[in-house]
Amino acid sequence: MSNLFDLLVAGLATGAIYALVAVGFTLLWQTSQTINFAQGEFVMLPAFLMLATMHAGAPFWLAIILGILLSMILLGLAFKMLLVDPMMRHGVLPLAIATMALAIGIKEAVKQFFSAEASPFPSIVPTGDISILGHAVSLQSIGVLVLAILAVFGLTSLLNRTSLGHQMQAAAQNPTVARIIGVPVERMILLTFLINAFLVALASLLITPIYLAKFSSGEVLGQAAFIAAIVGGFNQVRGAIAGGLLIGVLDNLAAAYVSTQYRAAVPMIFLIAVILFRPQGLLGRAEERTV
Amino acid sequence: MKSTLVAGALLAFATATSVHAQAIKLADVAELSGGGATVGTNWKNGIDLAIEEINAKGGVLGRKLEVSHADSQSNPGVARAQVQKALDAEPYVLLGPGYSGSVKVTAPLAAEAGIAQIMGGEAAELTQAGNKFLFRTSFGQQSSMPKVAKYIHDDMKAKTVAVVWVNNDFGRGGRDVVVKELDRLGSKVVADLSTEAGQADFAADVGKIKAANPDAVFVYLNEEESARILKELKRQGVTAPLMGETTLIGQKVIELAGDAANGARGHVGLTTDAPVDLIKTFRDKFAKKYNYVPDHNGLKGYLAVYMVKATTEKMGKVDSKAFADTLHGLTIKAADEPGILMDVTFSETGDIDRQSFLVEVVEGKQVVKQVLPKVK
Repeated sequence: MSNLFDLLVAGLATGAIYALVAVGFTLLWQTSQTINFAQGEFVMLPAFLMLATMHAGAPFWLAIILGILLSMILLGLAFKMLLVDPMMRHGVLPLAIATMALAIGIKEAVKQFFSAEASPFPSIVPTGDISILGHAVSLQSIGVLVLAILAVFGLTSLLNRTSLGHQMQAAAQNPTVARIIGVPVERMILLTFLINAFLVALASLLITPIYLAKFSSGEVLGQAAFIAAIVGGFNQVRGAIAGGLLIGVLDNLAAAYVSTQYRAAVPMIFLIAVILFRPQGLLGRAEERTV
Repeated sequence: MKSTLVAGALLAFATATSVHAQAIKLADVAELSGGGATVGTNWKNGIDLAIEEINAKGGVLGRKLEVSHADSQSNPGVARAQVQKALDAEPYVLLGPGYSGSVKVTAPLAAEAGIAQIMGGEAAELTQAGNKFLFRTSFGQQSSMPKVAKYIHDDMKAKTVAVVWVNNDFGRGGRDVVVKELDRLGSKVVADLSTEAGQADFAADVGKIKAANPDAVFVYLNEEESARILKELKRQGVTAPLMGETTLIGQKVIELAGDAANGARGHVGLTTDAPVDLIKTFRDKFAKKYNYVPDHNGLKGYLAVYMVKATTEKMGKVDSKAFADTLHGLTIKAADEPGILMDVTFSETGDIDRQSFLVEVVEGKQVVKQVLPKVK
């Protein structure tokens, strides 16, 4: 039982990070029909930006701020203007393929300019344990979970309770009508790209101390988050959150109770089942688009 | 005027050809990217340092050494293709790869070409297939694992042990020997956990270790995965003593795992922290050239080149066909060839006999706790 509790906590902590990344997937899809197959690499890169800043002499806190800002410029603004906008007019598929090429490019660039070896990355959450219901739970797991939940809560509040959020929803649901009623649709789309960049930078900050900074670490994350987004519902932020948490827990339970070798297969089988029996995702709605 | 120019060009060509012909060509295929990048990069840097030293002192039998480096991408399939390409260039000796799986698929190619292969793999089976051209730079698992099992049983007094291993040739080979030895000594394996190469998340595996509540944990993974599991063991508060091999307590693992590596122990065939003057000198030279302290793979690459030098000088000629026969049964003493760092004897199977060390990580540094002498 104690083992199950530990597995659930660890699974939720990892799942919360998947959720952050999966939310980014859904945001980009909703507002610009961008399926970003470089999303995993988007999580890997900010850690290296922060490391580079630290190597240049910046303290960790400053490296975090600069890393997030640089990520928003490179993975938000530049990504939209240099890749998404020019490719968008050619359709969804060429854009998706372009993001695959971008993923390879980012990986190779990090390998070339940084290193093919893994690097350590400091944790913003202190090590140690706290007792919950008589179980020792690591502060790191709790910290990751809390920060990820706060980020998601902040995002949903922004979307549902502010005028800006409502404009974003309008731009996603019906851009033509949104334009007629005066919503600056282009600016709203850019905002979702910046939010996505912020979320992946935060995910990077939380996951890299555990997974280590390595050029290839985005592969696992990108795949897990993509599955999470589809399982939860590609057209719902809350679906992506649920999908992320579910995949994180499922992955850990599969590794513990099925087999480590087949752990990666279990979420895939689950994904196939969802596509077959509930293609809109667990919390998604058919034929609806909203953020 | 025209004939002078032609004569000059011919002379330049002849000189260049002569210099080129005089160089002894070595080929290195190593894990320069992918999961084994730490292994391959250290190995390559060790090779380059040794060659630079040897060439600065006039080379081997008056001829300079040259090496070509190829990247296996830590992938046995790529390693095989790279080794075939390297062998097509007819090198004097083949160096690498470092991963046992890559060695396993490339060794038949080198043997078929009659070229000696000096490699970094440690899987027990590599030298048990009757290959007369394959040589180790470090202990095989059949030599090191019995020492590990004995330490777990006798010194750690562990009655129950969790064994965590990576599901590849290296991990499986070590796991098989250590489980057998632990069983023979009377320590019970209460958790036998296979993990995947490149695995990022060890929460579930550590959860299983916690549930098994062993007296000791034996960890046998590659370097990066070792660092990740050390962090996870600390994160989940596992307090059982940790024992491993070189891959658990190497410099790169300590750098990656930070505090989580403290207290981990390991049997080490080679360590740059060994209380041996020649190794200390090597460590200083390496750190000066590359700005970091190498792990045992740096030592292995360095030793591989000095094995070439010592064997060639023993033959008194550069003869790739006779190289393997000469190295079999050869003892190289550090007093005669300082580059070999410690006295070493090569068996007829290509295995080595050399003193080894028991190391513990204390405050982020390897501390040698015991020196284990040569077997023979």
